[in-house]
Amino acid sequence: MELNGSQIVIEELKANGVEIAFGIPGGAIMPFYDEIDKSEYPHILTRHEQGAAHMADGYARVSGKVAAVVTTSGPGATNIITGLCNAMMDSVPIVAITGQVALPSIGTDAFQEADTYGCTIPVTKHNWLVKDPRDLQGVVREAVRVATTGRPGPVVIDFPKDVQVAKCEYDPQRKTEIATSAEPFSAAPEPDTAAIERLIEAIEASERPVIMSGSGIIKSGAAGELAEFARRARIPVINTLLGLGGFPGTDPLFLGMPGMHGTAYANMALCECDLLINLGGRFDDRVTGKVSSFATKAVIAHVDIDAAELGKRVKTDIPILANVRDVLVLLSAEVKPKDRREWLDRVARWKEDHPLHYDGDGSIKPQYVIEQIQEVSGGDAIYVSGVGQHQMWAAQFLRFNEPNAWVSSGGLGTMGFGLPAAIGAKVGQPEKEVWLIDGDGSFSMTLVELATAATYNIPVRVAILNNAYLGMVRQWQELFFEKRYSHVHYPTNPDFAKIAEGYGVRGFEVREMDQVRSTLEEAAGIDGPAVMNFHVSREENVWPMVPSGAGNDEMQLGPQTREEVR
Amino acid sequence: MRQVFSILVNNHSGVLSHVSGLFARRGYNIESIAAGPTEDTETTRIVIVAVGEEETLAQIAHQLRKLYDVREVNQLSYNQSVTRELVLATVAADAEKRIEVFQIANAFGATIVNISDTSVTLEASGNDHKTRIFLKALERFGITTMARTGMIALPYDGMTDNWEPLA
Repeated sequence: MELNGSQIVIEELKANGVEIAFGIPGGAIMPFYDEIDKSEYPHILTRHEQGAAHMADGYARVSGKVAAVVTTSGPGATNIITGLCNAMMDSVPIVAITGQVALPSIGTDAFQEADTYGCTIPVTKHNWLVKDPRDLQGVVREAVRVATTGRPGPVVIDFPKDVQVAKCEYDPQRKTEIATSAEPFSAAPEPDTAAIERLIEAIEASERPVIMSGSGIIKSGAAGELAEFARRARIPVINTLLGLGGFPGTDPLFLGMPGMHGTAYANMALCECDLLINLGGRFDDRVTGKVSSFATKAVIAHVDIDAAELGKRVKTDIPILANVRDVLVLLSAEVKPKDRREWLDRVARWKEDHPLHYDGDGSIKPQYVIEQIQEVSGGDAIYVSGVGQHQMWAAQFLRFNEPNAWVSSGGLGTMGFGLPAAIGAKVGQPEKEVWLIDGDGSFSMTLVELATAATYNIPVRVAILNNAYLGMVRQWQELFFEKRYSHVHYPTNPDFAKIAEGYGVRGFEVREMDQVRSTLEEAAGIDGPAVMNFHVSREENVWPMVPSGAGNDEMQLGPQTREEVR
Repeated sequence: MRQVFSILVNNHSGVLSHVSGLFARRGYNIESIAAGPTEDTETTRIVIVAVGEEETLAQIAHQLRKLYDVREVNQLSYNQSVTRELVLATVAADAEKRIEVFQIANAFGATIVNISDTSVTLEASGNDHKTRIFLKALERFGITTMARTGMIALPYDGMTDNWEPLA
């Protein structure tokens, strides 16, 4: 049959499991939007393209599926750069389809022309500028495949307006070419058996092993395998920021998050372990601190699906290039239980002696609000965050018991990620409650998407931990710039509850401790989005903290003690 | 360390941007880059000479292999590959000095491609070492303009790997 380019793209999106698009129309994408309308392809109209990209991101993180982002040319396309970069850093699949001026106008500085192809090279796994409608079938298939195989990531299809309307023969059954032979775009390699044997030997020889697991566990669906292996081998488990939910937060073997704002006991375990097994994490600088003092007593094993991550920042003794799930299955089958009571007792003592804590003083403590959210939500909701202090408190104080329940911008640290990501998460997992823990700074950056939540009645519960500061920057200025607070204060924050009401969303102002619980409960019962503006303790700091550039062994525990770990 | 990367890529538009952009955004240093067609019309060979620590060079290879259009990345060692570069150099030489320039050209197997009243333009090709000595020999006349292609390379076919090069 003969179809136009837009119809081919929609047919191929459907055929390849892309069930929904988030986006905004504009001049150079109008023919495609015409077909979206005619074919009734599911689409959420957002208020800003950045929001559309973060929605697709949140959607993918909780559902394991991939969504499309559709924008017009020029500013529409450049507005998603942040969202693409965010997804690239956190290995999240997105298929972006950007309108482009017609082929004869490319390169003439036409109205709303931008070099989307050039702009998106560094923030995508791969990108295409399609010049011939006959290429579209193969390109869309490859785009979805590239986004979702190996280490996932975003892709862009730049789609000129004349190609959107050009007709060509279309056969849904036609075989299309896979134009790459590069390993990262094919099935994961079989784990090297010699390396697996070395790892098993290292585990059996180890007196003080620790597992640190990253988002690879969640992306490969290996949380069950990880729990089985860790419990069988009696090895404590640390979860990186993006790895949270990969291991049950209530398990006695769980040590929380490592690194800059990790738990004291996770960092102590990293400093003291004799074997560190990194499963699907990438040794981010916020995790390792100063590399030369990272896990200095340990043999280091690293399992990753991306060859470039092995040895990139931390010298690895046992590198294993594989899908982490395949490795865990092999390990569970082989590893013998070993009595590690001495090490586990030592770790348990650290947990007891240095728990996460905060001091109540009558004001609303942000950590308290987070604990209350956990209780009110029953603990099996999806939790989303923006970026900053509130994000670290959420990572510290929430207890995740299942994967795909925590949506946070890790690598890029994108303020403004929270609200659109929460909306996307709710669309991806409509049966789950979605709670957004946000800061006033982060929330302000993309709050316009409240209109999207209202329009589609997407019931996200938004808790703003409002300290009227860019809190994390303020904390650094307090600690490292002698309290010179340079441009971190928002003295005239808007009344966020009123703002919400203006968008047709229920808003709550919370200034007193005794209103916290009741407000959360009321908001939880609303059939629609809700915004709660918690005026929290303004100069609360995130502890523990490893200062930037310091080693994890130089962690500071907090203002009362200020003692170093060793 | 300097290393030659021989990169076989799909002959798609934009592939050079992907490759060169990778070097720019990850802060890798390119000394030279040369690209051209191969025996297969669907592929292009890009030869890059990069400078960096051993770990950096290994990381470059890994990152290149993550590019969709990259088919092969070979890190060529100097002793097991043939490398060539073409140099065009114009030196200041009047009629009196010309003979001396000709002698140098002759010694290096270089070709004279232009002569003016005040200058001589030479064309020479050779490996890294030869082009360096050649340019050094021309230095005292004063090289007024120069263009170089950047290095291209192929591994020596049929060479065994257990041959140990001189230190």
